[in-house]
Amino acid sequence: MNDLMVKISNVSRNYGPVRAVRDLDLSLRRGGIMALLGSSGCGKTTTLRLLAGFETPESGEIEIGGRTVAGPGVNVPPEKRGVGMVFQDYALFPHLTVRGNVAYGLKNGKRRSGRIEEVLALAHLDNLGNRMPHELSGGQQQRVALARALAPGPDVVLLDEPFSNLDAALRARVRAETRDILTDAGATAIFVTHDQEEALSLADEVAVMLDGTVVQSAPPEDLYHRPATREVAEFVGEANFVPGTADESGRFLCELGNVPACGACVGHVEAMLRPEALRLHALAEGEKVGAGATVLAREFYGHDQLIKLRLDSGPVLCSRLGGGPGFRPGQRVSVELSGEAVVFPRS
Amino acid sequence: MLLPLSYLVLRSSEGGWAGVSEVLLDTDTFAVLLRSALLAAVVTGASVFLAVPLAWLTVRTDLPGRRAWAVLAALPLVVPSYVGGFVLVSALGPRGMLQGVLEPFGMERLPSIYGLFGAALALTLFSYPYVFLTVRSALRGMDPALEEAARGLGSGAWRTFSRVTLPQMRPAVVAGALLVALYTLSDFGAVSILQYDSFAREIYTQYRSAFDRTPAAILGLMLVALTAAILYVESRTRGRARYHRSSAGTIRPGAPVRLGRWKWPAGLFCGAVVSLALVLPIGVLMFWLARGLAEGEPLRLVWGAAFNSVYVSAIAAVLAAVAALPVAVLAVRFPGRVSGLLERLTYLGYALPGIVLALALVFFGSNYVPAIYGTLGILLFAYVVHFLPQAVGATRAALLQVKPSVEEAARGLGRGPAAVLATVTVPLTRSGILAGGALVFLTTMKELPATLLLGPIGFDTLATSVWTATSAAFFARAAAPAMLLILLSAVPMYVLVIREPKQ
Repeated sequence: MNDLMVKISNVSRNYGPVRAVRDLDLSLRRGGIMALLGSSGCGKTTTLRLLAGFETPESGEIEIGGRTVAGPGVNVPPEKRGVGMVFQDYALFPHLTVRGNVAYGLKNGKRRSGRIEEVLALAHLDNLGNRMPHELSGGQQQRVALARALAPGPDVVLLDEPFSNLDAALRARVRAETRDILTDAGATAIFVTHDQEEALSLADEVAVMLDGTVVQSAPPEDLYHRPATREVAEFVGEANFVPGTADESGRFLCELGNVPACGACVGHVEAMLRPEALRLHALAEGEKVGAGATVLAREFYGHDQLIKLRLDSGPVLCSRLGGGPGFRPGQRVSVELSGEAVVFPRS
Repeated sequence: MLLPLSYLVLRSSEGGWAGVSEVLLDTDTFAVLLRSALLAAVVTGASVFLAVPLAWLTVRTDLPGRRAWAVLAALPLVVPSYVGGFVLVSALGPRGMLQGVLEPFGMERLPSIYGLFGAALALTLFSYPYVFLTVRSALRGMDPALEEAARGLGSGAWRTFSRVTLPQMRPAVVAGALLVALYTLSDFGAVSILQYDSFAREIYTQYRSAFDRTPAAILGLMLVALTAAILYVESRTRGRARYHRSSAGTIRPGAPVRLGRWKWPAGLFCGAVVSLALVLPIGVLMFWLARGLAEGEPLRLVWGAAFNSVYVSAIAAVLAAVAALPVAVLAVRFPGRVSGLLERLTYLGYALPGIVLALALVFFGSNYVPAIYGTLGILLFAYVVHFLPQAVGATRAALLQVKPSVEEAARGLGRGPAAVLATVTVPLTRSGILAGGALVFLTTMKELPATLLLGPIGFDTLATSVWTATSAAFFARAAAPAMLLILLSAVPMYVLVIREPKQ
């Protein structure tokens, strides 16, 4: 059984000499919510537009719902792809009411069947049907754009930076609402973002894009704890890199101690350690340990805090601790490892 | 678009190189060229001189009644040049009204109104609003924070005006001046009535009198070349500086400049311009209208001509608006070499003087498609080709305001390109399409040379009625259609320019 809703195989798209998307592979199962995560200019919006049919790939193939929509000799126009799109600027029709916007993509039969009311209710817009788009708040406009895209029951909903036009306070709420609406509608969705927190918290599959191609696509936990490359590790969350050796039995050893390692290499390696894996203990004046360090700076966030420290052997690392009492800059500490290290060949 | 032009070239070369050089090297031809250029320069300079202070006074100062002055100063645009010419002749010409008033005081002869002075006066009075309107909108869009910044950096009021305000106004002044220069070069009505032998008049005379129409074609091409030269110079002198605002946020209205005692001379200046350009023509027309009615001049003919005018103008407006949409969509949504060329080609029709366009179509129609020659069809074709750029410009501006993502959203919701155009693009650009249509309607109402040359036999419009009556010096008979023409043109004019949003 083929439960893949979206399948992109080996797709490339250039703008003149600029290779916006190259040899891109991506797949998403039915009902999945995927985040395309990348810094600006990495080709994530182009990928979305290739899926929607606003751009044509130069090579490769795109399948939606088991049907080839773009490929050699095939190019299904956007209106026949069964794809709903939520634009960054929402792109609501300014001359139509909320109801008119939602009804725009519906065939006459569906309009009469109560689908409009159903979708308005789903997006908590029940009382706003007769408003004009400019009479709505940013969060409401975003929900109208989502409702409009969901109304025709598309195979996939694509969202282009859907929360970037909202202020920080509103963003968290709208994010949760959007997730609920998409889940309630049973939709398959792909959204583009450059915010790693947004990607990790909202999606059940995150695809990291770098220079026009997907470097890793995985569930958020795997992506965070088992990044496939050094670049992914650095892009998703903070990462410490520590030199050491990996042995045959799957352990990583370095001056800070030894922890289980994951990764395919042995011998001289470099390990990625998340800040949570570094535990600090205060040292008494003049106390000597194997791995001593000095605190350089402290950033306090309330629920947790980030401590920047320099090992006596030179490297600068950071450690994430709970929100309790912290360490002062200049204080001497010892470092203990916990958790798991991800090892890469030493560069 | 290229058809009339290429046909002119073909026609000119018919007489061989000898024929062409005979016309080109003729001293008379050279004199015509000089006269046209001189007239264009004088009218353009005088228009800028009148319009820039008027615009500044009505936008940036506390001049009493500045909104009313703004409306009154823009209105002369609806007076066609031939009506203006006719008004000047009948008021200031030999045996004219002023002469009649002065005669009892022993004034036997007034300085002649005919020639350069009269033509320049008529054209300036009725075309300066082009500069006035462009400068006005530039001044309204200007961010007062720029002036405040200059003052804050230690510039005095005058220095600020000359170093900041004036350079900001420059593109608007140049754009308006370009319109005036093109209008003057292609003008046929005023120069004919005021007997100034510029290109347009010479071409018409050649066409009407000579058996051989080749000289007319050559003169036409020379006029096109002169127009092209002006357009080229204008495009080269555009600076590299950008004149839009570089920051976000809304423009707040600046504090008006206090005129103090200068209020009186400023008001006097506005009053003088408006009297000459608006009160004089309307007064003179009223005078002749009353006199004509008293002498039993029949009004019946006027209604027929008025109907014809409105009827062809309305069709031309609709055709131009419809034809403009695909051109504007191509130019805005698919910017590329082909669409850019297409857009520029449509602008060629605007730079092509009406008389030249009409002449080319006369040649072409009578030789190749006699079936449409002398029908309304070829006249409408001429109107649309000539005025299409106005509709394209207005539609294009409206289309630029529509975000492409809105159209893409509609495609994504299952509508094909045609359906998206009908349900999203057209409704959102409606105001621009309407403005374009209104502009074409207005200019078609006033158009004279193409109507004269291409109209079916016996097809009278208000414009041709005024023309026939004035060229035979039946001033009383010209008054009624001229008055009606002004009144009918004032309606789209009001819709277009005077309805500025209040600040």
